[in-house]
Amino acid sequence: MRVTLAAATLRRHPARTALAVLGIAVAAALLLDMVMLATGMRESFRSLLLTRGYQLRVSPKGTLPFDSEATIDGATAIVGALRANPDIVAVSPGLGATLGLPSQRIPSVFSLGLESNVQGDYALDAGHDMPVDDTLGGGVPVPVVVNRAFLVRTGRALGDTLTVAAGIDAQLRTAARARVVRLTGEGRFFYVPGETPVMALPLTVVRSLLGPAYRDRMSVAMAESRRADSAGVEAVRAWIATTQPRVTAISTETAIRQVEERLSYFRQLAFVLGAISLGIGFLLVATLVTLSVNERRGEIAVLRAIGTQKDGVLRQVFLEGFFLSTAGIVAGLALGLVTAQWLNGILRDFPGLPAAFDFFLWSPEAAWKSLALLQVSGTLAGLVPAWRAASIPIVRALREDAVG
Amino acid sequence: MADTPIIARSALAADSPPSAVIHCEQVTRSYRMGDATVQAVRGIDLSISRGEFAALTGPSGCGKSTLLHLLGAVDIPSSGRVFVNGRDTSTLGDRDATAFRLRHIGFVFQRFYLMPTLSALENVELPLAEAGMAGSARKARAADLLGYVGLGDRRGHRPTQLSGGEQQRVAIARALANEPALLLADEPTGELDAATSERLLELFGQLHRDGTTLVFVTHDAVVANTAQRVIRLLDGRVAADTRRAEPVG
Repeated sequence: MRVTLAAATLRRHPARTALAVLGIAVAAALLLDMVMLATGMRESFRSLLLTRGYQLRVSPKGTLPFDSEATIDGATAIVGALRANPDIVAVSPGLGATLGLPSQRIPSVFSLGLESNVQGDYALDAGHDMPVDDTLGGGVPVPVVVNRAFLVRTGRALGDTLTVAAGIDAQLRTAARARVVRLTGEGRFFYVPGETPVMALPLTVVRSLLGPAYRDRMSVAMAESRRADSAGVEAVRAWIATTQPRVTAISTETAIRQVEERLSYFRQLAFVLGAISLGIGFLLVATLVTLSVNERRGEIAVLRAIGTQKDGVLRQVFLEGFFLSTAGIVAGLALGLVTAQWLNGILRDFPGLPAAFDFFLWSPEAAWKSLALLQVSGTLAGLVPAWRAASIPIVRALREDAVG
Repeated sequence: MADTPIIARSALAADSPPSAVIHCEQVTRSYRMGDATVQAVRGIDLSISRGEFAALTGPSGCGKSTLLHLLGAVDIPSSGRVFVNGRDTSTLGDRDATAFRLRHIGFVFQRFYLMPTLSALENVELPLAEAGMAGSARKARAADLLGYVGLGDRRGHRPTQLSGGEQQRVAIARALANEPALLLADEPTGELDAATSERLLELFGQLHRDGTTLVFVTHDAVVANTAQRVIRLLDGRVAADTRRAEPVG
């Protein structure tokens, strides 16, 4: 009966109740989105780095992965040493370069020289993968993998052949070196912005295109530790730092920490906005329930007069706050997910962001915790007016109501 | 409900030896209003017997409603004692007084105070639910009570779908729900037109004939004269206490 009464009270002013629920829903959606944003970028970055299980990035000394175009000589020896370590499962060397596209709609393409059997840069969506090495000989088109943006921007399709070149002299219209490639596969490149055309070629092909100076160079190598726990990864990182003085090894955890430091203001803003939405939820419930109690002083006094105990009134008004919070949170959950998806779509279109990067990431634990916090906050907000309702002096309230 | 009377067996016992349902001893009630102390009730001695139908009347501010609240255990006297159904209600704490009201006292108010979003039946169910009666029995009892006050066919209606007189009948059914020993009404016809008031007073007369102990407050002399006993208050004291053999209503 208490539940019936509480629900009936909320139904009494449907427009007001609906507006309050909407207000709480907006606060809940904001809180949810802020939590998703605060945790989403970090988790998205983590999952991005761990997409293919590589926990370590090895780059030329003094540089950071993704931050530099620097390369390191003697790559074969370094990669060989890493592969010889039984604590390392796999090593994927890579060499980045910009290759020319003579007679194509775009003049050049960002290219990645990789070993396809260990690469951790793309996932093949259609067609066939490229070979591990340049084993086909100079006269045969080299199979390569490109992304959707490349196909769209060049107007080419899988199966087409075209020429890639390096050492282009724009005035003489000549290229120092060139190879014919065949577009055999379409892939999603994790670390390249979705709108940027990209091509993956065998590492040896890129090296030969760039010339003798690049014969044994790489930009970065990714390594996978046999032990995936932090201590295991750190042990491998320390070993690389000791045995390979010309490189810097950075673990995913360290990279995430560095990114977190860069995003700290963003996260603080998200937490502040989340806290504000919690406060708004609290105030909305407290205001509406207080208003409702003030309007019903006479009615509550009559309930007390006909035999409802104080705790009965308290429970009833408390339930009103609980129902309001619950309805608002359920609506807010849906609203928050929709707005997060919408905002994520907008933010992901920002230039320069990796295709696989998300701003708003659904994290059930974080979402439930934040919504539970709002539920507790909203329910507690009903406690003060509930206590006031239970403490209404019967005689005075009846007298005031009779006079009013 | 054939075996269960609508009105309490104890209240029906009009032929049982007269005994006081209400007994007041030198009851006073004063309260602060700003800097002044208002003496609303000044040393009232009063007894109302089981099955009696009494009207408390007098001019505004004479202490009628204050006395009714004291009799109904929603207020406690500044001094003196109030016995209701043999229990000294002036010593009860809030929880005990509330439980006592639930079981022994029915209230009817001028403004009906029905829950607007509940049906007539659900409104009557309220005190039964408070008393812990199970759902099906509660609905059956509430339906019987609505039938008793002449609203058997209106049980599903909301208060806004009922006339003022019908709403007050629902309030009476609600007051009778837990078979109280005493039914108190504060200006029960105050918001009703003359014809509706007359029909409501007929219902009070019926309740009285069925053995209910009834005390109501009114400032209307015509309404007061429908009671078997008229207690006129003036300045917080009993100025006149007259009985007639049978009430007009």
